[in-house]
Amino acid sequence: MADDYPKVDRVMGGPAGWISIAFPSILFLYFLGLLPQIALGPQVHGIDWVPSLGINLSVLLDGLSMTFVLLITGIGAAVTLYSARYLGQHPDYPRFVSYLLMFMVGMLGLVLADNLIMLFVFWEITTIASYLLIGFNADSAKSRRSALQALLVTGTGGLILLGGMIVLGNVAGTFQLSEILTQGDMLRAHPWYLAILLLFLAGTFTKSAQVPFHFWLPNAMAAPTPVSAYLHSATMVKAGIFLMARMNPALGGTDAWFWILTLFGGVTAVFASVMAMRQTDIKQVLAYTTLMALGTLTMFLGAGTHYAIMAAMLFLVVHSLYKAALFLMIGIVDHATGTREASVLGGLSKAMPLTGLAAALAGISMAGIPPMVGFIGKEFIYKAGLGLEGVGAVRVTIMAFAASVMMFAVGGIVALKPFRGDLRPTPTEPHEGPWPMLAGPLVLGALSLIFGLVPGVLGYYLVGPATHAVFGEVREVHLYLWGGVNTALILSLLTFLAGWLVYRRHEAIRTRLAAFEARNPVDFDAGWDRLLDGFKAFAAWQTRLIQNGSLQRYMAVTFGTFVVLVGGTYLIKGAFRSGLSLTTEGIHPVQWAVLGLIAAGAMLTVWTHSRMTAVAAMGVTGIGVALIFIMFSAPDVAITQLLVEVLVVVLVSLVMLRLPYLPRRSKATFRAGHAMIAGGMGLVTTFLMISVLATDFDRRLTTFFEAASYPEAYGRNIVNVILVDFRALDTFGEVTVVAIAAIAAFALLRGMSTRRKPEEES
Amino acid sequence: MQSLILTTTTRLLAALLLMFSIYALLRGHNLPGGGFIGGLIGATAFILYTIATSVDEARAALRIDPSNLAILGVGVAALAGLGAGFAGDPFFTGQWLFLFQDGDSYIPLSTVLVFDIGVYMAVFGGILTLVFAMEQEI
Repeated sequence: MADDYPKVDRVMGGPAGWISIAFPSILFLYFLGLLPQIALGPQVHGIDWVPSLGINLSVLLDGLSMTFVLLITGIGAAVTLYSARYLGQHPDYPRFVSYLLMFMVGMLGLVLADNLIMLFVFWEITTIASYLLIGFNADSAKSRRSALQALLVTGTGGLILLGGMIVLGNVAGTFQLSEILTQGDMLRAHPWYLAILLLFLAGTFTKSAQVPFHFWLPNAMAAPTPVSAYLHSATMVKAGIFLMARMNPALGGTDAWFWILTLFGGVTAVFASVMAMRQTDIKQVLAYTTLMALGTLTMFLGAGTHYAIMAAMLFLVVHSLYKAALFLMIGIVDHATGTREASVLGGLSKAMPLTGLAAALAGISMAGIPPMVGFIGKEFIYKAGLGLEGVGAVRVTIMAFAASVMMFAVGGIVALKPFRGDLRPTPTEPHEGPWPMLAGPLVLGALSLIFGLVPGVLGYYLVGPATHAVFGEVREVHLYLWGGVNTALILSLLTFLAGWLVYRRHEAIRTRLAAFEARNPVDFDAGWDRLLDGFKAFAAWQTRLIQNGSLQRYMAVTFGTFVVLVGGTYLIKGAFRSGLSLTTEGIHPVQWAVLGLIAAGAMLTVWTHSRMTAVAAMGVTGIGVALIFIMFSAPDVAITQLLVEVLVVVLVSLVMLRLPYLPRRSKATFRAGHAMIAGGMGLVTTFLMISVLATDFDRRLTTFFEAASYPEAYGRNIVNVILVDFRALDTFGEVTVVAIAAIAAFALLRGMSTRRKPEEES
Repeated sequence: MQSLILTTTTRLLAALLLMFSIYALLRGHNLPGGGFIGGLIGATAFILYTIATSVDEARAALRIDPSNLAILGVGVAALAGLGAGFAGDPFFTGQWLFLFQDGDSYIPLSTVLVFDIGVYMAVFGGILTLVFAMEQEI
């Protein structure tokens, strides 16, 4: 990231910086204090929000959510501290911080939610925050494109997920996760199980960037580096993993679950490890290794044994620790040298010893070398893979092995190579980073070492309870560094050997891959562009067709649709019913007169050649209808009708006076078409009214309002009481629409005059 | 188009219409009327004034921008709904206060009336926004 923005003088980002650092730090300490309780068992707290829909603001705090909460707040504290120095003098830093805090709240809400709908709301908040953060450098077209891509991919997945949640909520009879999770057997046997599963996985796979929805994640690296470290490696992309883990007791354990997750996860892991070798920008390398980790996590959640889930939970923590540290380290290197190209960087350890130390700690953990916690993570992944039954064991182990080899090599490329050897010339003179930027990567790296040395603590407080929450039953979790000589250890040694070979040859491999990529016709990113272009072309086509700017066309489409759909339904269903007796008895002469007035108005509207006359004649028809309302004692409706008629005539004549002169379209077919639509409207409406009147009138509502209006709402005008009291929410919606419509029309009209006389507007 | 007769009578008529609109608003709960109808009548007064004089004079007479009035009306209506929250009732439950109760005679005040005033303002402001814009911009 270049420092080419005008700097604002702020110490550590000013108040925005302090607030942003304090928020996650305080929460981290608070939740750390709750850790011993949660290690013993989950807790549920909540208040009712929309009780009639079963939506509650309730919190489910168990090992799984606790692990995530500590990662979110802990890494959040490191990242905000880092950002205060990294971006603190950026003119838009306060905006950045507010997005970051918005994300934090969304992510915390997501992992703590005990209600599916609440979870979804927070899920979407993280999507929106991610969009805003990726597009933070809004001047760059690349940032904007990447932001929109991430938003559309994850947002579409989110909508599909909502569908899954609603189906699940209806099947289970509740939206409370803590209750749904106990109904696993019923859900797995339910005929809609597969539909629920697929809808959920569409959401989680897009969020956690599984192939073929992975392409947005490498592009998301357009965001500032702290964002990449935080959202796109440690927390948000793991939201999908979180949800799969959360739903495991309810949806997991079936063949479909096993095959879909292990297959997609495995393919993602292997694909990403190959792609990681291809990249030259070390931030992109890390982006692909994040994909690899997400694939591995998905694969092991799919495998579903107690050991596999434990391995997944352990790897989740391990990965977040080293990956966030590496991303932050890259930000420092980028800041100090002005480049992120792997081929340019080298020999930085002299100039940047502390950065080098942090990189080494995280890199060794990533490579899975003892005594780092990364080694334990890898051992348990192998053990879990080997412990599976049947063909799954071989496939999962091979994929895990391939991913681990690549991780070893990538650890070398990212964390070792830039710091070893001779110092090479870089765009700017390398120098050590400031302490706020070093603190995060150093602490995270140190944790990778500490947890490696005392894995029991990690197992007791985080991995154990998390595994219980995901697996659904309590079993002992014991983490250890040295497990004796076994197959997993031999695989580890083979990993080191293969990884070292790949690392030695990685530049040659990269060249080969680049050559292959140039010939490869399958490009997800370009495919996305084509999909989007097609969609836009479709939208443009149907807008030209239906909304071409001609009012006549709009009305023809609207009323034509009404006639065809309503009239068609009416005919097909055979809905005609008549209770009418054709008699003229009992019709008062005044009523005849009003009827004649309405008919005359309608006739004149149709036959006249003057617009003005047509509008006035239509007004006459409307006033005739108002008179009928008065005769049948509906004064409120009549007054409203009268006023609206007057206003319509005034408004339409205002517009009409200024309409451009149009030659009268006297083409017979044109008139005939409009006559058909108008006649159809009239017929369909009339027959509908006749049929509605023929059915028995249900007086229950009327009786209720008549009875309740005065005693309950102290009003004798039932219409008004309904409007302002019984159905006040509807009225509120209506007046909001009135205000918005008026302002929108105002803006449109202003736009017209601005276009016409731009020199007068200033 | 300036007509002396129209201008002169409008001054009287517009005032009467405005008064009538408030009358209709206040009686609405028990007799025909209410915020919606009142707002429409009030808007008619200003439309008449606009036609008789000009948009600028009508704007000056109104003093406040009609679109602000419309938004304010929506806000007042929302606040009237929120009032129920203080009594622990669901959104938009009417809250009543009977002042100077003496036998059968009292002055009833309610959040429902506040809500209706909000509706009045929204309708009044919304329609005038539209009419002024059409008169002025087209």
